Amino acid sequence: MSFIWLWTDILVWTLVLVLIGAVRSIRRSEQVRKQWFYILKSPVAMSAAIILSFYLLFALLDSVHFQYTQSETTTAEQSSMVALHDQGVLSLLDVMLPHLRTQTERTYSAPFATHEYSTSLSYDESGAVSQVYRPLKFGGQHWTGTHTILDDVMVKTAIPFLFSCAVIAIIFAIHLGWGFLQTRGNYIDYYENQSKPEDELPWGAAYLTLFLLIFLFSWFFYLSHFYHVLGTDKVGQDVLYQAIKSIRTGVLIGLLTTLVMLPLALILGISAGYFKGWVDDVIQYLYTTLNSIPGVLLIAAAVLMMQVIISNNSGWFGSTEERADLRLLFLIFILGLTSWTGLCRLLRAETLKISQVEYVTAAKSFGLSPFRIIQKHITPNLMHLVLIALVLDFSGLVLAEAVLSYVGVGVDPTTASWGNMINQARLEMAREPMVWWSLFSAFAFMFTLVLAANLFSDRVQTVLDPRRNN
Amino acid sequence: MFEYIIKRFLFAVPILIGVNLITFALFFMVNTPEDMARAQLGAKQTTPEMIQSWKVENGYDKPLFFNTDATGLDKVQQTLFVQESLKLFAFDFGQSDSGRQISADIQERMGPSLSIALPTFIIGLVTNISLALLIVLFRGSRLDTVTMMVAVAIMSISGLFYIIAGQVLFSKVWHWVPISGYTEGWEGVKFLILPIFIGVFAGIGAGMRWYRSIFLEEMSKDYVRTAKAKGLTDIKVLFGHVLHNGMLPILTGVVVIIPTLFMGSLIMESFFGIPGLGSYTIDAINAQDFGIVKAMVFLGSVLYIIGLILTDISYTFFDPRVKLS
Repeated sequence: MSFIWLWTDILVWTLVLVLIGAVRSIRRSEQVRKQWFYILKSPVAMSAAIILSFYLLFALLDSVHFQYTQSETTTAEQSSMVALHDQGVLSLLDVMLPHLRTQTERTYSAPFATHEYSTSLSYDESGAVSQVYRPLKFGGQHWTGTHTILDDVMVKTAIPFLFSCAVIAIIFAIHLGWGFLQTRGNYIDYYENQSKPEDELPWGAAYLTLFLLIFLFSWFFYLSHFYHVLGTDKVGQDVLYQAIKSIRTGVLIGLLTTLVMLPLALILGISAGYFKGWVDDVIQYLYTTLNSIPGVLLIAAAVLMMQVIISNNSGWFGSTEERADLRLLFLIFILGLTSWTGLCRLLRAETLKISQVEYVTAAKSFGLSPFRIIQKHITPNLMHLVLIALVLDFSGLVLAEAVLSYVGVGVDPTTASWGNMINQARLEMAREPMVWWSLFSAFAFMFTLVLAANLFSDRVQTVLDPRRNN
Repeated sequence: MFEYIIKRFLFAVPILIGVNLITFALFFMVNTPEDMARAQLGAKQTTPEMIQSWKVENGYDKPLFFNTDATGLDKVQQTLFVQESLKLFAFDFGQSDSGRQISADIQERMGPSLSIALPTFIIGLVTNISLALLIVLFRGSRLDTVTMMVAVAIMSISGLFYIIAGQVLFSKVWHWVPISGYTEGWEGVKFLILPIFIGVFAGIGAGMRWYRSIFLEEMSKDYVRTAKAKGLTDIKVLFGHVLHNGMLPILTGVVVIIPTLFMGSLIMESFFGIPGLGSYTIDAINAQDFGIVKAMVFLGSVLYIIGLILTDISYTFFDPRVKLS
């Protein structure tokens, strides 16, 4: 077994390191810590933050890839895993959900179905032809028919319910114990220094959200051993598996695009606002030009070009995974290059304002270099704008992925993504009765993420935007 | 006024040149004249001579940016970049891969695009502003909170969902309107109702929140307090003062969009089978027809710049303090 680091894996883990660094610096600054406390004080924002971290967790689990080499696959189970996956490249998430990936059916089946969705021709011993609903290979095989599926599901719900209760109880115990340890050492100091004790955060909402998430996940996980909980698609792949695998694509596009966009917007916006003159003119020209090209068309044009490059130089890429990954990376780059203009304009205007303020004039008259002034006095005062823009953009980017995949300029067709799921399922709309579960799952997973991101960004904006503080 | 407009149009020229440079770089660096010739002539048995003669025929035999063979101004003029750009500025987009004139296609398809985009825009604008005004009347109440929650939820659903759900419900289940299609004239209205309705509905969430925040900001200003102190009712303040003063930020966001309505909507048109510019673009992207995509990029930029100029001009009508000079 050897680890494989795809480009996007490296980037997303870099981003996680940056985030950890940011959290550490937040803990040091009293003011910023207070701001975050106020953001999380809203129960809605707290729940949204927990949902977002849940999604992030899945994306991260899906961003650790490794490869089984043939000699190491000793057990029969492992070798079948390798055989099913063309290159044998697996992620940590795949290993956690092996049954979802390997238990594929022949074709469509509805959620909780025991038989295929459409009839197929069958020959019995006498040679007579009949139309029958074939039983599924994996879905509902334990079902004996003595009670209804609904009863079966209800009975099986008990185990995940008890499990998630236990997990929450453990987390709660750790939480209590931690608080106890913190206070016992310096009991009086603790309550004097923290006039607002930590308990003011909406822990009720937090635990409720956490419980619901853990319960949902364990419910899906447990029941997926017996059924295809969200059905299967045209080639018999489990829809739940696809939807979970798509989390990585959505979250990565939302997160990494900001990583590309941020340096551009910061450097160009601040230098335009601070240096003025011809620098300002050039940068303004640059973003007006880029901005005047319709976004989707620019992305489409760039992706078309990339497709030509890829098809002309197919020798560059080792495996299909690597090709798909590079395509994702390229899409992220294009999205980043086309979306920095808005933030850049904001930062420029704000820098213009800040550089008129007395403390900047004072710093200038002390002879500080422009570099130091920008670093010490201007950038910290722009951070709230940056943060607001980042959380606002996130949800838009997740939604954009679906649209771009529909237009045909999104991620690689072999990459699991909600856009690709919708795109494939759309063709089956004309079927009677309708195959709805693929669409439903993709939209539901996407909606939860985007709603959480929107609610969270709303709260961030309310707390950090000085114009909305009234 | 007139002088100002001309000046603004002149400012637009360098931006359009920049747009051209970007598209030119994107398309010609990768899809070289050789590739185009090969695609046009067919993959089989293309000799270098045939490619060369195709290039001469279609005017692609010049260097990209700098012609070393020419003299004087021709060094820059006799290049592919300048020749192609000049053609674009004259709205001559050349031929698509299927051999049709792109300019003629665009003219033909603008009508259908507008027949969806314009009603969606107007009805959407009126709905959003009215809803926002209504909700501002109830600001701070529980109704306000709940409505804003609903607005966030509407915003968070993918536009694709509205289209698919709308088609299934209204066309497949209830059979109220045909699922897709297009005809000219009043006969075609039945095809347009559903896309327009979906377009308006999908925009309500974001629109309502946006206009509400504009009106709320106006409400916190001094003149509103004065008007209320005089004894004006909430409704009179809202419609007499706030709406008028809120026009300025509204115009900034709205006028820019108007010219780009001509471009149509990529997704709407392709889902509902409307032969407009949006579906034209999508088809071109899927068929990798670079000529059309290039033309649409240029057209979109021109329309956007016109929108910017219109925005500036519209300020003078609503804000007497703004004088164009």
